Amino acid sequence: MNIIVCIKQVPGTTNVNVDPVTGTLIRDGVAAKMNPYDLYALELGFKLKDKHGGTLNVVSMGPNSALEVIREAIYMGADGGVLISDRKFGGADVLATSYTLCSGILALGDFDVILCGKQTTDGDTAQVGSELAEHLKVPHAANVRDVDVDGDRIKYVSNLDNKIVTAKIKTPCLLCVDGEVNTPRLPSFKRKLQYGDCAEQIRIITFDDLQDKDETHYGLKGSPTQVERIFNPDKKSEKEIIKDGNLASEMYKILRDRKFV
Amino acid sequence: MYKKVDNKDIEYLRSVIPANRILVHDEISDDYAHDELGGIEVKPEVLIYVRSTEEVSKVMKYAYENEIPVVARGSGTDLVGAAVALEGGIMICTKQMNHILEVDETNLTVTVEPGVLLMELQAYVEERDLFYPPDPGEKSATIGGNISTNAGGMRAVKYGVTRDYVRGLTVVMPNGEIEHFGGKVVKNSSGYDIKDLIIGSEGTLCIITEAILKLVPKPAYSVSMLLPFMTMEKAIEVVPEIIRSKASLTAIEYMSLDTIISAEQFLGKKFPDTNYEAYILLTFDGNSMNEIQDEYTKVANLCIEKGAIDGYFVDTDERKKSVWNARGAFLEAIKASTDLMDECDVVVPKGKVADFIKYTHEVGKEVGLRIPSFGHAGDGNLHIYLCKDSMAEEIWKQKADKAFELLYTKAREFGGMVSGEHGIGYAKKPYLARQVGENQIELMRSIKKVFDPKNILNPGKVC
Repeated sequence: MNIIVCIKQVPGTTNVNVDPVTGTLIRDGVAAKMNPYDLYALELGFKLKDKHGGTLNVVSMGPNSALEVIREAIYMGADGGVLISDRKFGGADVLATSYTLCSGILALGDFDVILCGKQTTDGDTAQVGSELAEHLKVPHAANVRDVDVDGDRIKYVSNLDNKIVTAKIKTPCLLCVDGEVNTPRLPSFKRKLQYGDCAEQIRIITFDDLQDKDETHYGLKGSPTQVERIFNPDKKSEKEIIKDGNLASEMYKILRDRKFV
Repeated sequence: MYKKVDNKDIEYLRSVIPANRILVHDEISDDYAHDELGGIEVKPEVLIYVRSTEEVSKVMKYAYENEIPVVARGSGTDLVGAAVALEGGIMICTKQMNHILEVDETNLTVTVEPGVLLMELQAYVEERDLFYPPDPGEKSATIGGNISTNAGGMRAVKYGVTRDYVRGLTVVMPNGEIEHFGGKVVKNSSGYDIKDLIIGSEGTLCIITEAILKLVPKPAYSVSMLLPFMTMEKAIEVVPEIIRSKASLTAIEYMSLDTIISAEQFLGKKFPDTNYEAYILLTFDGNSMNEIQDEYTKVANLCIEKGAIDGYFVDTDERKKSVWNARGAFLEAIKASTDLMDECDVVVPKGKVADFIKYTHEVGKEVGLRIPSFGHAGDGNLHIYLCKDSMAEEIWKQKADKAFELLYTKAREFGGMVSGEHGIGYAKKPYLARQVGENQIELMRSIKKVFDPKNILNPGKVC
């Protein structure tokens, strides 16, 4: 099975400033890490590979610094990685990003399944995965919690708002993985020693490697989205609804368990 | 011996403390009758939520004059019965004295009331790029409790224990007098250090109502590494090697697979790796990532040479959470895995850690008890749990007594001490007496008498 996992480098903290002029995130000088949601997708990919064999490669779009997260994925167990990187790709919105990812993935050859995190912690649009599937013209499913192989199809479990759906999907396909569905494995020191800077495991794809040479499809030029303002959203708190039983004692139990009382 | 609390006493207390902060007899929740381990249960006659030093002073003065026993209590997370009102009387709860009064960025101190929770303090100072290093597993314990037991925690390897971070204390003496010991000063050779005597005295000498704590600049980087081993023996044998390598480490924790599995079940969250029998968890911190990398590379290579399967990086907030949350929940997880447990918090010289852990396995086999353990391998402080696992009461008691006797005897033989950080309280008194001998116990009792001639403060504890 040929598995691709899309990953992204994001700021290491949530306290990132926004450029008042361009409205984009100021990433320079800020510690970076792999988008936490991508780690769940990676772990699900490892689970598939461990059980059914094959290869797992990661794909990332971003500046050279994003090599760091590709290396991290390799230290976690990925066989290799691809960085899609070119100044022409800068300033991309979800449409241009998903199109660029699609072009890069097509340049790599065949795949059976692409796994994406549900969203990134910087852009938070949660649309790139689905748009990538549309560009690739492959079926896709979102909010995926678990996967397995069933004959020539992938069986997946998806968590919709009010129900859990188990369904099968034809390969090649793309699955957007929900958050907190597993505990991602940790990067290995031994693999770090073994692969070092991963020069042999990482391929860099630039604009010149892509088939579509129309620059208006990439980066800022290919982005119809006009960002008016970026700001930190209010923190959303978890909700838990208790309907039955002794409500007061149930509530007390929760508060006590979480050590509020 | 002590005066029972009567209506007149309650009437007086209500004249100095608002009535809504005083609970009597049946109004008091059973939770206040025991501590986290629940080894002994006695309810106080009166529970008072105090809010100031002056309130504590008024209550103590009255209790002293009337010979009513008083026990101070924070979150009640202790494990040796130290916060249980053995003689009834008044319980002073400091939970509402939970204000962080001042951060002094010049003297690098924070002044707190005793009811501030450890997790609140840590978060508060870290937001200001400062760091309160003591890091006991129980983050919902109060600072007052931490000081009263001289709690240690995971970062003791590099930073030391609570005592090393207490600069000054405001306390209420048993007779109600208010005293200040120490201060914001770094050095102090001014007579006997009574502050240091109060730290770890488990509320038997006076009641802490304010503390000035030392802070350090927050290290810019912190990376942990989880090293799996095929067997517990291999894991613990590497610890002295790590220490001998002179690497600069913040924490060296060891954990066994069965404890990790208990934590997974307790938290409902998977640990990142459960393929091996035993794990060592290391933490490195500092202001240069390059230096940290050099250190972990040196230590990881050494560990692999000595039998570690690998070294897994725990380097982002999410990864730290997945590992350290489990580590922080070990005690409660083991507790949830059995119907009753008792604990042994011995500390042995660092060089004896491996031998002592192996000995706990021998004791488990010899006595016929499940004895999971985990602990601060880097500082010699081990947390060893005897699990009842539904056996008959009488048999359990016999087995537990036998196991404790063996463990404490061996600890003594190794030059260790009865408690590394949980304290003596009520439960460990016989073992302390056996360890330090009659002369030292008498010395402790004499000190207690000077502070508390009427023996009204937390009677029946420590010595």
